[in-house]
Amino acid sequence: MLLAGKLALFSLGMFAFGYIVMPPLYNVICDLTGLNGRTNSAAVSMPTGEGVTDRLVTVEFVSVVNSSAAWTFKPAQLTMEVVPGKTYKAFYTAVNLTGRPAVGQAVPSVAPSSAAKYFNKIECFCFTKQEFEVAASKEMPLIFFVEPDLPRSIDTITLSYTYFDTGEAPVELEPAVDLTDS
Amino acid sequence: MSTAAAGHHDHDDHGPAKGWTRWLYTTNHKDIGTLYLLFSLVMFFIGGGMALIIRAELFQPGLQLVDPLFFNSMTTMHALVMIFGVVMPAFVGLANWMIPMMIGGPDMALPRLNNWSFWIMPFAFLLLLSTLFMEGGGPAGGWTLYAPLSLQGGDSFAFVIFSIHFMGISSVMGSINIVATIFNMRAPGMTLMQMPLFVWTWLITAYLLIAVIPVLAGAVTMLLTDRFFGTSFFNAAGGGDPVMYQHIFWFFGHPEVYILILPAFGIISSIIPTFARKPLFGYASMVYATGSIAFLSFIVWAHHMFTVGMPLAGEMFFMFATMMISVPTGVKVFNWIATMWRGSMTFETPMLFAIGFLVMFTIGGLSGLMLAITPADIQYHDTYFVVAHFHYVLVPGAIYSIMAATYYWLPKWTGNMYDEKWGKIHFWVSTVFLNVLFFPMHFVGLAGMPRRIPDYSLQFADWNAVASIGAFGFGFSQLIFVYVIFKCIKGGEKATSEVWEGADGLEWTVPSPAPYHTFEKPPAQFS
Repeated sequence: MLLAGKLALFSLGMFAFGYIVMPPLYNVICDLTGLNGRTNSAAVSMPTGEGVTDRLVTVEFVSVVNSSAAWTFKPAQLTMEVVPGKTYKAFYTAVNLTGRPAVGQAVPSVAPSSAAKYFNKIECFCFTKQEFEVAASKEMPLIFFVEPDLPRSIDTITLSYTYFDTGEAPVELEPAVDLTDS
Repeated sequence: MSTAAAGHHDHDDHGPAKGWTRWLYTTNHKDIGTLYLLFSLVMFFIGGGMALIIRAELFQPGLQLVDPLFFNSMTTMHALVMIFGVVMPAFVGLANWMIPMMIGGPDMALPRLNNWSFWIMPFAFLLLLSTLFMEGGGPAGGWTLYAPLSLQGGDSFAFVIFSIHFMGISSVMGSINIVATIFNMRAPGMTLMQMPLFVWTWLITAYLLIAVIPVLAGAVTMLLTDRFFGTSFFNAAGGGDPVMYQHIFWFFGHPEVYILILPAFGIISSIIPTFARKPLFGYASMVYATGSIAFLSFIVWAHHMFTVGMPLAGEMFFMFATMMISVPTGVKVFNWIATMWRGSMTFETPMLFAIGFLVMFTIGGLSGLMLAITPADIQYHDTYFVVAHFHYVLVPGAIYSIMAATYYWLPKWTGNMYDEKWGKIHFWVSTVFLNVLFFPMHFVGLAGMPRRIPDYSLQFADWNAVASIGAFGFGFSQLIFVYVIFKCIKGGEKATSEVWEGADGLEWTVPSPAPYHTFEKPPAQFS
């Protein structure tokens, strides 16, 4: 019976490991290694050293709107030639076509995934959710730099954002329904 | 005599209780083993019916018989039913019947838990199968239930999750019982290295189940809370990651495929020595090979996801780790062949199925080795080549071993010999149609036909028609199996207690049919 009890405890432990321990652990591993093209999800500080001027890296900007959400989401620029170590500013534009006030959230991914940990965002609209009025349009900034020790084998980095409608109602915006007529 | 007294038996030698409640309340390992095996047989035909719907639709290109959503729920349900409703319960049933008799114990260590773990199963599958009649249909996103696709299904989703939880609870309880039985109920003096290999492989399988089924439960619970309670484990908008689901799922899923095959290795290791009339070659290496396979199964899961965009180092690791599994598996195949070498072989039905297993499981193993090669897998991924591969290891692998075990031990269970002529016909008809069914899938897979689609491009038409003919042939030839089993239960030539001339093991020392209670006094030969 003691053995059976231990085994039952072990199976409960494995459940807890799967449900409680694994997801945060997975996040930590992805953040540390950049596996899965995961980039930093909070702002990093400005680069300290000098830029490496003897090479240029192409950064490509890609946008995807998740599933059937009625949004327009496009980068303002398709590519940029950047010097590793210097900071750059890029823009994405989102338009809320859902016909209701909505909240959007962009999720970044970098390809090749081995470049992810060298791509740093100082400021990014993806760090927060954005609230939109009906048919509102927003130009959203992104400030980034590529680390100088990016391996020489990588000369192009693709930055992809997927835009999600979080399905939440905006908190700070006025309600869309005009109540003065009633 | 009052009717109240009829409920009380004297405790010297009582048989089974009377009436249908015998089956509901039974704590006897043989009754529960029978229940598991019959349950598995019923589910085999339900899952097989689903496979025939799939093959009927795929007989020709174009959409003929069923709509695509129903087709997708058929592929999903076929897998769930066959894995959780057929192969796993059948192995648990065989374990219930045979492990106490093989180790000289009177029953399972935890008989009431045993009853409970069986009786959860019919309800779990009632829940699962009922989703087919719900609005929005059954689960249709594949048995792997990948997020986010699986989260977009109908309201039946919660039923699917709960049925998987039930199956998982049943499997874990069954496994705890098996481990407890093997460690506590062995005949006095029987060391671990004297146990039959079926007991050994089940011991290792039980540990695998206890380790990974809760991980599956965790993964599907995350799906449930993502869908209904606003968590974002796999929802990228909320900071989750759908790829994490694949990692967690396959951390369960890969050990699971060994759960489906290790007991089969044990069965084959019992049958081949009997009909070769030689002891098993390399017993200790068989035990260590099984242990190695179980260990390796935990570190190869990402070979199911070579196309998600892993770093090169990860792909290399998982490729070589996967290929390493062929070493212990090769040891096993070598040992089985060495056991037959210069043996006095006869080819009764169990031996035919065992040899069929050996040949065709190896074919499936070799295509698995091809899939392990990362650059090649990028082409093979999610094609019919994969379907051919896992059906070769599961049908002539797991299913054939279960059929071999059934023919092998049926005389012990029923006391009657089965019909040898019809058993052999069953083997040959099944084997021919099985290859007609699954072998062409290699060709259409290499040519690029994707899995899980109701319609396909014209160039795949011929081989799909051939496969469908094989499917119906294979499906209907299983009725022979049912006929032979029920004919054997009803009567036939009486079996001796040894049944097979070359059989070795404690289960052959008890009379046939095995009495309701065996080894109430432990056997003495080990002390």
